[in-house]
Amino acid sequence: MSLAGKTALVTGASRGIGREIALELASQGVNVAVNFAGSEAKASEVVDEIKQLGKDAFAIQCNVSDANAVAEMVKTTIDYFGRLDILVNNAGITKDNLLMRMKEEEWDQVININLKGVFLVTKAVTRQMMKQRNGRIINIASIVGVSGNPGQANYVAAKAGVIGLTKTTARELASRNITVNALAPGFITTDMTDTLPDHVRAEMLKQIPLARFGEAKDVAKAAAFLASDDAAYITGQTLHIDGGMVM
Amino acid sequence: MAEVLERVTKIIVDRLGVDESQVTLEASFKDDLGADSLDIVELVMELEDEFDMEISDEDAEKISTVGDAVNYINSKK
Repeated sequence: MSLAGKTALVTGASRGIGREIALELASQGVNVAVNFAGSEAKASEVVDEIKQLGKDAFAIQCNVSDANAVAEMVKTTIDYFGRLDILVNNAGITKDNLLMRMKEEEWDQVININLKGVFLVTKAVTRQMMKQRNGRIINIASIVGVSGNPGQANYVAAKAGVIGLTKTTARELASRNITVNALAPGFITTDMTDTLPDHVRAEMLKQIPLARFGEAKDVAKAAAFLASDDAAYITGQTLHIDGGMVM
Repeated sequence: MAEVLERVTKIIVDRLGVDESQVTLEASFKDDLGADSLDIVELVMELEDEFDMEISDEDAEKISTVGDAVNYINSKK
């Protein structure tokens, strides 16, 4: 796949799926801006790993729900690399609660980071990508944005929103050779799933035809494909990375 | 005035692929020059770069003809 020499901005790249995407892109020849919100030390580790792969990288702090901070982050990234080929909107949080117990601020925080954040960062990179007549935007949604999930009204609403935003952005920018797609991971092994009790894990596995949890690598490989020239004719799609859970 | 019009015309010709003779002060980007809404956003971006200025979204919405663009740029210089 042809990714050598391209540049990417990956939000929420200090940990989990974002980290894996940043590393996968770098291993395929991409220079990466590693965005983080809080964990500077973790982001620096990712930067170091990318540099060991022989690619350029830097860590950049930004809360993606803050429009001014986002504009600054994107400007810094473009100034540094001179162009921006790939945006991966990955930053996200959870504040799970049953709908009837969910606090307004739990709703707002998740919508602000997970949905508004995608809008703001996408908007900020659009100008550069339009000028280039080239760009790849990859939004990390979730399979629960398609299926729903009890206890995650805020998260599911945000992720379903991201899928709709993906389609509209894809339509608006298609004529400028910018593709926009979403990935919808299912149960992916992360720090979060590692702490689940065994009986919960067993229940989850029953819903997965491939009978295993996914790895962050599974999502990262798909992201790298969508970022590559090989995926030039794919836009507005949501690719499920879920072991067949939702078909 | 003439110099601004010349530079604006060049951008429009390049961007919209229209003939220079079509670019009159009265020409509407949408109706006469075949620009869609994204084309207009891009034109505004290029005018910002060319003339080293920022055009707010509110102001950009008022620019519908070549003359509007030229007048706007002259008013800000």
